[in-house]
This record gives sequence, C-alpha cells and structure tokens, in this order.
Amino acid sequence: MSNTRSWYLLHFLCGAMTFIPFASEILAQDVAAAVLSAEQQRIEAIAKASRSAVAVFANGGNGGGSGVVISPDGYALTNFHVVQPAGSYMKCSMNDGRLYDAVIVGIDPTGDVAVIKLLGRDDFPTAKMVDSDQVKVGDWCFAVGNPFLLATDFQPTVTYGIVSGTHRYQYPAGTLLEYADCIQTDAAINPGNSGGPLYDANGDLIGVNGRGSFEKRGRVNVGVGYAISINQIKHFLGCLKSGRFVDHATAGFNVGTSEDGRVLVSNILESSDAYRRGLRYDAEVVSFGGRQIDTTNAFKNVLGIYPKGWRVPLTYRYDGKMVSTHVRLTGVHAEEELLELVQRKPKQAPQPKPDDKAPGEKEPEKMPGEKKPPPDRPMPKLPTPGEKPKASPPPPEVAKLIQARRGYANYYFNLRNRERVWKAASANADFSKLQGEWQLTGQHSRGGAVVITLANDKVEGIFPAEKATIDLAKDLDEQLAPAGSGGLLVALHLWRQLLVEGPEKFGDVYYYGTAPQRDIDGLSDVLIATRNVVEMRLAFDPSGGRLQLLEMISDPDEDPCEVRFSDYREVNGRQFPHSLEVRRGDFVYGKLTLNEIKLTPSDEGASK
Amino acid sequence: MRNLRLVLVRWMFVVAFGLLMPNALPAQTSLSGVISDVQPRMVKLYGAGGVQGLEAYQSGFVVSNEGHILTVWSYVLDADVITATLDDGRKLPAEVIGMDPRLEIAVLKVDAQDLAHFNLDEAVALEPGHKVLAFSNLYGVAAGNEPTSVLRGIVSAKSDLAARRGAFETNYRGKVYVLDAMTNNPGAAGGALTNRKGQLAGLLGKELRNSQTNTWLNYAIPVSELVQAVVDIRAGKLRSAARDETVKKPKDAPTLAALGVQLVPDFLPKTPPFVESVRPMSPAAKAGIRPDDLILFVNDQLVPSHKQVVEELTFIDRVDMVRLTIQRGQDLLDVQLSLEP
Repeated sequence: MSNTRSWYLLHFLCGAMTFIPFASEILAQDVAAAVLSAEQQRIEAIAKASRSAVAVFANGGNGGGSGVVISPDGYALTNFHVVQPAGSYMKCSMNDGRLYDAVIVGIDPTGDVAVIKLLGRDDFPTAKMVDSDQVKVGDWCFAVGNPFLLATDFQPTVTYGIVSGTHRYQYPAGTLLEYADCIQTDAAINPGNSGGPLYDANGDLIGVNGRGSFEKRGRVNVGVGYAISINQIKHFLGCLKSGRFVDHATAGFNVGTSEDGRVLVSNILESSDAYRRGLRYDAEVVSFGGRQIDTTNAFKNVLGIYPKGWRVPLTYRYDGKMVSTHVRLTGVHAEEELLELVQRKPKQAPQPKPDDKAPGEKEPEKMPGEKKPPPDRPMPKLPTPGEKPKASPPPPEVAKLIQARRGYANYYFNLRNRERVWKAASANADFSKLQGEWQLTGQHSRGGAVVITLANDKVEGIFPAEKATIDLAKDLDEQLAPAGSGGLLVALHLWRQLLVEGPEKFGDVYYYGTAPQRDIDGLSDVLIATRNVVEMRLAFDPSGGRLQLLEMISDPDEDPCEVRFSDYREVNGRQFPHSLEVRRGDFVYGKLTLNEIKLTPSDEGASK
Repeated sequence: MRNLRLVLVRWMFVVAFGLLMPNALPAQTSLSGVISDVQPRMVKLYGAGGVQGLEAYQSGFVVSNEGHILTVWSYVLDADVITATLDDGRKLPAEVIGMDPRLEIAVLKVDAQDLAHFNLDEAVALEPGHKVLAFSNLYGVAAGNEPTSVLRGIVSAKSDLAARRGAFETNYRGKVYVLDAMTNNPGAAGGALTNRKGQLAGLLGKELRNSQTNTWLNYAIPVSELVQAVVDIRAGKLRSAARDETVKKPKDAPTLAALGVQLVPDFLPKTPPFVESVRPMSPAAKAGIRPDDLILFVNDQLVPSHKQVVEELTFIDRVDMVRLTIQRGQDLLDVQLSLEP
C-alpha cells in the first residue's frame, strides 16, 4: 500500500516536473516578441554605451568623476569641475579593465565642460554624438558613470530614467557654471556622475551630466539631474581641442519680455556687432541661432550654447521692418577675469563621503538637511577620505603632451593644431622662398584696374578711385585704405607676411578652434594672428584646408575688413587665390579678379 | 531536485517579465505623446515665500472648464496676489476660493474659460505596482511657457499616512499612494500624479520629512479622497463669505477684544490669523483657545487673514454663538465662544 502510494507520488512528481518546463515554454511564448526585442535592445544599448564611458580619477587619488570618449584617438568629455582639482594629468579607467593615462586638453569653465585625451590607443570605443534637439520629454535615457567613485572595479554604474525636461535654463551657480539649454532627467545623477554621459535609449550620446537640484535634500540624487546638451558641446568642441580656456558668449544686448509676451531688446551696447547690424533698444527679437524666441529664457538658452567669437543668425523686427542678419558674439568674461575664475577654488558644499559605507548608510547626523546648500550646485568632485593626496609627476611620455602657458589649459594642443592647420593650408603653397616683391594685377568688380604691390618694406595699391600707400613704420590700424574697404591693403600685407614668414615667425599666432563662416558649409578651423596692434582671423576651408576667409580687425568695436579668397590656381608652382571678395560689415567693397600675379623670389626682392 | 529549482526560477522569471514588461512597451512608444497631452493642464503657481527654505512657488492643475485650479493649501497662498502661469505662458491672477484644512488642499480660480483640464470624476484608482508619471514644477525649474517636469515611477504602496507628532507633520490622515520616485521636491506640491496613460490619479502632497528617520516621503493623495471637498468648495462651502453691499450687519457684533483674543499684529497684506494672546477668564479662554492657535473658519466661513477675521465677526450678532475652527499644531479643533455669561 505504502509502496503503491510512493510509486504514485513519484509519478505525480515526474509529471509535475515534465509539466513545469512545458508551462514555462508556453509562458515564454506569451511574452510578445516586441517585448523581448525591446529588452534585448536595452541590453545592447547599455552594453554599447558602457564601452565608451570613462571613470576619471584625479592624479594622486584626489577625487574624480566620470567622462565619455568621443573619438578613437582618445578625446573624451568631462566636467570642468571634475578636472579642476585634478590638474593637467589624470588616470581614467574603462570597462575593458584597463587604466589609461590622460591629459587635459581644453576647458570651458562657464559651461562646466572639459576635454581630456586618453593615451595609449588609437582605437578607443567611442560614443556617437546625436542631435540632442530631437530629445523629447518622456524619452528613455540612461546615465553611465562613476557615482560615489564606485567604478574602481572598472564597472561603470548604469542608472535609467526618462527625460523630465528639455531646453532648461539654470542660472549660474556662483559666478560660473551656467547651464543653459540643458536636459533634465530623473535618472539618478549622484556625486561622481559628473562629467559622465547621458545616453538615449539607443545608447547614443545626448548630454554630459553635471548638475542637480538639491536644496535641503542634501547632495544626493533627488530625481532632478541636468545634463549639458551634446549639441552645445558640439559647438564648443573645436575650441576645446585648442587647449585654451574657452569663454562663453554675450550678444552685447539684453532682452526682456513685454506685457504682450514679445521679447524686446531692453538695452544694447553701441559698440556691439548687433548694434552695427541695426539692432536697437525696443526691437523685437524674433529668432536667434535659428530658434524662435518667445521668452527671455529661450534667448538665454540660445546664447548659452555658443562660444565667444561665433557669428550667430539673428532675426529682429524694428521700425516695422524684419531684418535677418548675423551677429558676432563677444566674451562673457575679460581674459584676466576668466583666468582668475579658472584658478579660483570652488566653494565646497556639504557632500556625502564615499568610503567603505554604502551610500544609503550615511550617519543621519551628517545627512544634509541641517545645512542648506545653495540650490543647483554642480556635483562636487569626490575626495577620497584619509590623508591628503600626494600628486605625483606624470610619467615622461605623458609629460611630453603637457605644455603650460598662461591662458591655456594645455598649450601643447594649440601648437599641434596650429601646425596641422598650417600644414594643410600650405600644401602646394609654400611661399617661404618668395620673400621678394609681389605684384597682383586685376579688375575691380565695379570696373577699373587694380594693381597691388606687396613687399617686406613696401605696400601700395592702385585702385579705380585712389592710389594708396601704407607706411609700415606707423601703426597699421589707422591706415585703412582704400576707402570703404576697412583696410584691404593692411589685410593683404599681413596675409603676405604670414605666408612668407609662417606662423612661428609672424608673431602671436594661435589656434582658436572651429567656427561657422558665412556661406561656408560646416565648421572652419580658425587661426588668430596678431601683429602691430592688428588682429587677423583666418578661416580655412573645412574640406580642403585652404585659407578661405581673412578678417582684419583694426578696432574690436568696428567692423573688420573681410577678404574672401577663392579660385585657387597655380602660380610659380604654388596654389594662389585669383578671386578676392572684400567687404566691411554690410558694405561690399567689391570683388577683385586677378589676372596677373608676379611673385619674386627672395634674393631678387632684396636687391630691389 | 536541483533541476526543479532551476525550473521554478525560470518560471518565476518568465512570470515576472510576463506581468511587468507588456505594459511598458506600448506606453514607451507613446510616453512623450501622453506627457504632451497632460502638460496643458498643469499650472505653475507663485505667491508668498522666497525667504530661506520657503519657496515662493508650487504646482497645481486645472480641474474645470471655468478656470478652477486644484493645489495644496500652503503659505504660498498667503499672498496678496497669487499668479498662475498656464502651460502656454499666460500669467493670470488666481483667487483662493476655498480650502479644506483637513485635506490641506485649496481651490483657486483664474478668469479663463475652456482651459484644458482634468475631470476629477474620471480619475483612476491605482494599486501598488502601477506605473505612474508625476508632473510638477519642482524646484521652480520651469518658467513661463516651459512645460513642468515629469518623473516616472511606480506606486510602492497604498497606505494610511502615519501622521503624528514627531513623524509626519500634516493634517491629512487618509490614504496616500507611496511612490518610488522622488516626486515631492520643493515646489512639487500640488502637482498631478497620473497613470501611464496620463489619466489623473492623485495630487502630489506637501513635502513631508519623517523627523525620526530623517527621510522624505514621496506620496500623492488619491483624487477619490479629495473629490468631495472640491465639490463642496465649488458649491460654496469651505470658502470665504461672498456678500454684497446690501447685506445688513447686526447693530452689535462681537469684537476680538470682547472675545478676549489678541491676534498677531496685522502687518502683511494677508497676515495669517494666529492668536498672540488670550485674556484670562475671557470667552476665548473659557473655550480653551491658546496662543499660537490659527483661526481657519469663523462660522464655517474661510478667514485666510487677520482682516477677514475682523470683518467676519461684524456679521455676527452679539447674542449668537461664534463658532471657530482652529488649527493647533497638526490638530483641527472646533470651538464655540459666547459673550453671554
């Protein structure tokens, strides 16, 4: 009887065991294919995204944060406030289990962005920068990073959430660190996530995390994190790679919202480019940077995403007329002011301490709430507890990539870029042996012949309306002939001197970064060269690298003389432009078409 | 046996995914659509505050075709002018038409018609595990026509709010949805809790910190707990008296002095009527009124300011009882005062 019972029981169990797997198969089939593929897609997105995320550890164990690699040669984004205490050199870990040396490249202190370069590979996994203006509230997103410096095991932390808001404007914390046009998320952003990537559901890069709203809740995530939009960083990237301290921009005018909801100019500097383009007090700002402007915040959002020196489209209505133009943005800070701000130590707010305790186990008495930190502070960089860290000098192969110079985060990168740009521009166009007299003969588009003579010691021109000479012994900024050009002869003189002398000998020549130019697709590399109180901006063709636009700035409060070079053809075996379009502000002086170009070699020129 | 466990684990895994995942996906594709559908109903409210730790803003949402706005009752509403900024950026003055001190809610009204609104009768009930969205202007992040912030989470529990001295200091004693997202940030109170389809389910409550554990509660009050109060307020209860010039006042009315109550000096446009002192042996003393009591209602008429207490008393005949609803700490008390010995 008992045998029978146990036999029966055994059968029952076997039946159950065969039944259960069967049931699970059924249920597996019940999960919609779309669900399973979405799950798979999320897994893949996180796996892909985690490969390009970086944990930044300051040299000597002095805290750290997060970052993300954006190019195979190791350029990575992080926050200014992460690298500020780290100095010029740091260690970065990735989820391949390797620790890489990295050096500082460039800093945008106002926007809280820094570019660093990881060393040792030319095939780093990279994040794809997508269009963050396409991000919508409700989109899934996730942050990957190093909160509470947990990634010492090479495993970045992933936090998932949705986009809670887009185009948010957050006032500057202190005097720096304005977050304009940022992305708000409820994905957990904690101290140590600073500088790390915010990815969309596909694992593509939409922003760099760096700030949160806290107030009395203390310095841990309260569901309100902010990421700098990747579109803003794209604007700054070229400048950040220049090794400079990059400044944000001011438009030279402020706006306010009127009773009827229009955005009006509330004051304007007469020395601003906007004023020269006809903008006046009380004009209505219709669009800026290609975006419709219907609130003051919308204007500030646009202004906050551009670096100093860019030209941005502006449409305004004044005196019954709608005007579309471009305005040159100037810097928010004076140069000295920016340097001082970069060097100033940030005020540290109360912060949780990462140590052997899990974040949730902090002593209640140290819990924030007792002290109210100001709202919206950048996430503090995380100091490691214990003794004061000792910063060790970088290894020699890393030290080669660090070059200190006043005004630069790392002058090394400025030099490399200047070399790169100049090399491309002077390919098949080496004028160093042509130190003699240059004679350019051609036609003015308004009719009449033009003959321009350029030499080391002589500059003169015959134009349809006048004959002009430059006295090279005097300041050049006062000799702006021919009339209406804004200083064409000075511009061409300096251009020739740069071509024959090269950037090393010419004077102060530095790489600005990249900026858009009127009627040129893409972003151009820009060099800025200063000599004899006159500054030149030189923009190079994004595809071929030839010099395309020269602006000679005799007075920063006036319109520069612009010369657009095109129709490059061979002269004496060297590529030489045959078309020069000259304008100043909105006035087009004319187009010079050259039909005879004489370039004399050095010794002949000297003998003349 | 090991096999069986493995099978069970697999089975549980499948069940868990079977239950949780299918909801997520159809919603995921349309989440931004759901959110942009809800946003026009949200209101950013600005009033009193602005001093340390007291934000001068909170959230609300439109609940009628006639411009009624539901929000929490708080110091923010103690302002001379309350401004409601609609989703389209319009800034309108809002008037407090009534409040329920037990629920700590208030109904405001703006002079606007046909606004996008939630219909409270269509609100949905939630259970633990339901996915939710929380809409609010937390931290005052949004201004003008910028949409409010949206957080996502799930209902962790539906529970009585353990409100008591020393824990959560609130008048509300009913059920709340406890949420796993950090919804109740500064400025979020008065925001809307919806399900994943954007259907209204609750009102985000005021910030509550458990003073014993130092933890903040994230919660919303179910609409079902509030709907009757909103109906009452709109029907004329729980609000300040609306009288025109023709209403006759009694010849002899009780005064605060006669009742033995001295209020905190009236130095603000809307000074909250806190009791400063009570004269011994006075009617107020006999009724048990104490310093620091806050007078909320006089004969069931809302009296949000010192001035309105004085005004309301002038409509009571000296021979009649004066009924006061007062708040003492987290307790609400009804007391009756009589000038007759």
